[in-house]
Amino acid sequence: MSGYLESQLIILCLSIVYAYGIFLPAASGQLNLGAAGFITLGAYASAWFNASTGAELPIWLSIPLAMIFTGIIAFAISFPILRTRGVYMVLATFAFAEVVSGVAINLEFVGGAAGFPVDDHADVTVIVPVTIAVILFSFYFMSTRLGLSLRSIHDDESVATLFGVNVRTSKVVAFTVGAMLMSLGGSLYGHHYNYIEAQTFNVLLSIYILLYVLMGGTQTAWGPLIGATFFAIVPEALREIAESAGLKWLAEGRFILFGVFIVLLMVFRPEGVMTRTLQDRLGGGLFRRKKPVADDMTGGS
Amino acid sequence: MTEHLLEIAGMHKSFGGLKVIDDVSFKVRRSSRTALIGPNGAGKTTIFNLLTGVYSIDAGTITVDGQDITQVPPQDRVTVGMSRSFQNIRLMPHLSTVENVMLGQHARARKLGDLLFPLGMLPRNRWRQAAEEALENAGVGTYPGEVVSNLPYGVQKRIEVVRAMVSDPKLLLLDEPAAGLNKTETNQLQELLERVSGQGVTILVVEHDMQFVRDLCDYIVVLNFGRKIFEGTPDEVHKDPAVLEAYLGTDDNMAEAENAS
Repeated sequence: MSGYLESQLIILCLSIVYAYGIFLPAASGQLNLGAAGFITLGAYASAWFNASTGAELPIWLSIPLAMIFTGIIAFAISFPILRTRGVYMVLATFAFAEVVSGVAINLEFVGGAAGFPVDDHADVTVIVPVTIAVILFSFYFMSTRLGLSLRSIHDDESVATLFGVNVRTSKVVAFTVGAMLMSLGGSLYGHHYNYIEAQTFNVLLSIYILLYVLMGGTQTAWGPLIGATFFAIVPEALREIAESAGLKWLAEGRFILFGVFIVLLMVFRPEGVMTRTLQDRLGGGLFRRKKPVADDMTGGS
Repeated sequence: MTEHLLEIAGMHKSFGGLKVIDDVSFKVRRSSRTALIGPNGAGKTTIFNLLTGVYSIDAGTITVDGQDITQVPPQDRVTVGMSRSFQNIRLMPHLSTVENVMLGQHARARKLGDLLFPLGMLPRNRWRQAAEEALENAGVGTYPGEVVSNLPYGVQKRIEVVRAMVSDPKLLLLDEPAAGLNKTETNQLQELLERVSGQGVTILVVEHDMQFVRDLCDYIVVLNFGRKIFEGTPDEVHKDPAVLEAYLGTDDNMAEAENAS
């Protein structure tokens, strides 16, 4: 694999991991714009656990420890944050990310504003399998009764409550597990590039990740995978195509085209590319041929 | 085992200065089919919301199966053995039919192992099978590949009843289950409810369709302006002057009306 392709693959993998971290709370209707905060926590915690100036633990311990550390913080802040809804939750999580960033810049033992070098390296042979594991985990998670509860909460919180769903607990679990996934992504980022600084994880990153998820669709676990892949690949592919075709204006202006495309997507697929109905239709075509759907007609009035 | 499955005693509820439920007490006999009727705004749906814990009550007690549930939080009340359907359909629009019914099973699956069981990945698991069976028994298809919001109204109404039933309730609260259904659909619903009742489930139903109430129910509680004005059998209800007044207004004979109140 060429260096260029490999670097693109790494970016794709990290985007996917981040996206699943935002997707889990989004599946229950919570909009989390704090991705950068959790990524920062994961990256710095893992770097410190691993660093010779820190705990000097091996990478296979530093990353899980960073996840636990981030999980504890996410759990603690989830209670006040989950009292807010909609755009207020967006603001609350955004504020949290800003606080984390501010703290990281001012902590001298993790390098402060100069950034923090990370000791151990994680290459593509680590990142790709971990990403696949995250995808599989998320599909499993959404297929459980807990996942069903989250999707029910998204649709109608009070009815979900009346059927015995513990809304608060479910939301806290989704938020915390999501934060841990983002922490994992942040650790991988740090260990891959071997250098982190808090400014890299800015609000633009949070916005992009939330966009991946919303554009991909929050109803099924395919959403973040599709959204992140699309966002990571299409701008680059556009550039490649435009350059090889000699269209300099397109190569430079590809983000304009991309922006137009996002607007169109929001108009025509407001619930994301992959919806529940689409998944069933595709799934019905691909996997369910063997079992005839005869019971379809038994009940109709 | 108490004779009455549900006992409401001295229930009060006000929204601001408006007394919505004013000292309502009644009992629902075990395995009975009781109707809660009254003109619009009488407080019928409010009583359902108070029973299921959507609102907390200002005063009074609710006892289900001998257990005082007045202080039990809403998400735990379904485990006491009470579940409901809604006046306006409130199925989860983005879930499939079977998934909606599986949500109804939640009360029986609140252990960690059940919560982490991959319902969606194993196509023939017992929860899914139970949900499909419940739908089939109620004469509703499973409609694979459709989210419920695309299904016809009558079908959605029946899915609501099925969803309420799969939580294994002792007490089934149905809020206008026949509203908007045509004659055939109403008959199918009645048949379904009679079957449920035959299994020993107590039914409390809010309904405006008096024919349906008379055919289905063996006991009637009448509310008006948040107060109970009558309870008795369907045969008695037509003769009660207070009920007639509530539905038809006072006639010229003021004396009779005054006697009633």
